[in-house]
Amino acid sequence: MFHCLPRSSVCENDSPPLFSQWSAPFLRSFMPEDSTHLSGGGIHGEAFSTRLPGRGGLSPLEFYMPIAEYLTESPINFGQTSLRSAPTNLLNIDHLHPSLPSISLPPPTPFPISPSVPLPFTLSHGTTTLGFAFQGGVIAAADTRSSCSGLVACPASPKVLPIHSHLVGTTSGTSADCALWKRILARELRLYQLRHRRRLSTGGAAKLLSHMLHPFKGTELCVAATLCGWDGDDEKDEEPITDKYGNISTNQVTSSGSNNQSTSTAAAASQPLISFTTQQVVESRSRICGPRVIYVCSDGLRLKGELFSVGSGSPYAYSILDSSVYWGMSVQEATAVAREAVFRATYRDAYSGNNVDLYHVTAKGWRRRERENLKEEYYREKERERKRVAERKAEKNKEKFNV
Amino acid sequence: MISAQAYGENGKMKEYHYTGPVEHKFSPYAFNGGTVLAVAGEDFAIVASDTRLSEGYSIHSRDSPKCYKLTDTTVLGCSGFHGDCLTLTKIIDARLKMYKHSNNKTMTSGAIAAMLSTILYGRRFFPYYVYNIIGGLDEEGRGAVYSFDPVGSYQRDTYKAGGSASAMLQPLLDNQIGFKNMENVEEVPLTLEKAVQLVKDVFISAAERDVYTGDALKICIITKEGIREEIVPLRKD
Repeated sequence: MFHCLPRSSVCENDSPPLFSQWSAPFLRSFMPEDSTHLSGGGIHGEAFSTRLPGRGGLSPLEFYMPIAEYLTESPINFGQTSLRSAPTNLLNIDHLHPSLPSISLPPPTPFPISPSVPLPFTLSHGTTTLGFAFQGGVIAAADTRSSCSGLVACPASPKVLPIHSHLVGTTSGTSADCALWKRILARELRLYQLRHRRRLSTGGAAKLLSHMLHPFKGTELCVAATLCGWDGDDEKDEEPITDKYGNISTNQVTSSGSNNQSTSTAAAASQPLISFTTQQVVESRSRICGPRVIYVCSDGLRLKGELFSVGSGSPYAYSILDSSVYWGMSVQEATAVAREAVFRATYRDAYSGNNVDLYHVTAKGWRRRERENLKEEYYREKERERKRVAERKAEKNKEKFNV
Repeated sequence: MISAQAYGENGKMKEYHYTGPVEHKFSPYAFNGGTVLAVAGEDFAIVASDTRLSEGYSIHSRDSPKCYKLTDTTVLGCSGFHGDCLTLTKIIDARLKMYKHSNNKTMTSGAIAAMLSTILYGRRFFPYYVYNIIGGLDEEGRGAVYSFDPVGSYQRDTYKAGGSASAMLQPLLDNQIGFKNMENVEEVPLTLEKAVQLVKDVFISAAERDVYTGDALKICIITKEGIREEIVPLRKD
């Protein structure tokens, strides 16, 4: 059970250098009188430390070993924007961080390809997650198995993490990376909300996450997240969106997809005089508000779409989703399809299993469905199969008898 | 002790065939064995660990317990690489003191768990090779267990086994404490006496089958009265 993400108390902004010392004490001894730590001057991300061992009390190891700067950089301090920097320049970190240059150069690219330190253990991978948008909002679903090269490390890990009231993210990849980066994203979005007095859109959140992950491209960080959210002028969208089959009333929100024509012709049939202008209004509004699904990957990929499935079980989930998802489906249909897709994926994929988590995001926020154990479903399926076989046998016998 | 790659994964020795010249790379990690277990009950928590410290085919010590008392209501169990365990516990102790001095109260179990997650993730690209399990009482006095992976992913559980014998113990705990994969079973809540007896039985079984577990078992029982310790001997071979 993941704790609900702390809204404002995640960031310990007071003295990042202090805490980074305490997390990695072996690399540099903390000498308060050494001003180079605090002013961030001098070293521009060099791979080798050229500071002499005598000065500043650095350990002799630094003199001999190459230091890839990204090894010492704590990912948690990254991404914090200082109030004075330009809002677009996300890479200009506050001046107190010792390992980054004081002028606004891009941070040093980490040494590519292989990790410098071979790990004696594997990290958790393998999953099935999916997210899709439809007229009633966004559905995000995932399995709950967390495996570690053959061992199920946790049969009940939450893979769909709420980020804020109208945004939910599914996680795939290394679970520690996903959990921490979601937390960092939640912190940044909350700060944005406090500074600009409005929520950042899903596209904006996706861009932010993608840019925060960019310096770690090439390292073994592995995050593949689907951000599912609802953008909107919240107060006006309080009334329920549509009835069962996607007949949309004219002042509501529709998708920007191909279904616009069919729904607006339905609207046009009922109100012929004003249909043309309302279609324009509806289209322009739908570009700002509505359900959004965006896929963000630590490789740097960022895709906006209506349906995504990520993970080792995603091919199996796609087959169910592609055949059953359409824009006008009802909420019950959508949840049933999502659940079925995850169930089929867990059936075939060894690295997915255990339970299904389902979240539904609407204009009012996200709602979580009860976590469902798939073991019962397997037994029900077996029972149905057994009944079908028995029926077929009975019919065959009847035919034989009649003939 | 830092070992060369001759030991391979998990401290087990590599096979002896001649395959050609092999380049030995220096590995900063070693595997020192040990098993840790934590169980949370209604108003208690138990953290238990064996006390054997080994490396490859040798035993360094028979009296090196892996439970570390953090506060009056929280105990941390860590197994894996002993060097990283020591450093990690020193860092956590220091951070606890800092928190106590700046906030004038002791850290709660949940807060310690969140802090440990960030400490571990701070070393994402050169991780602490430690499997952590925190056991303690939460603010309402209920038992809480938090289990971690080496890079800081964590969640709250009712029971968890970590370390070399974890793959053997976890299914047994799933069955006996979680009542999983059993039909027609009455789910009685776990009492303290039953939990302690279960932990002892489970470690005796682990010592039989896992070479890195044995010597003695140290159990820390956390209740609102405080932390009580029990030591039970295990197989020494």
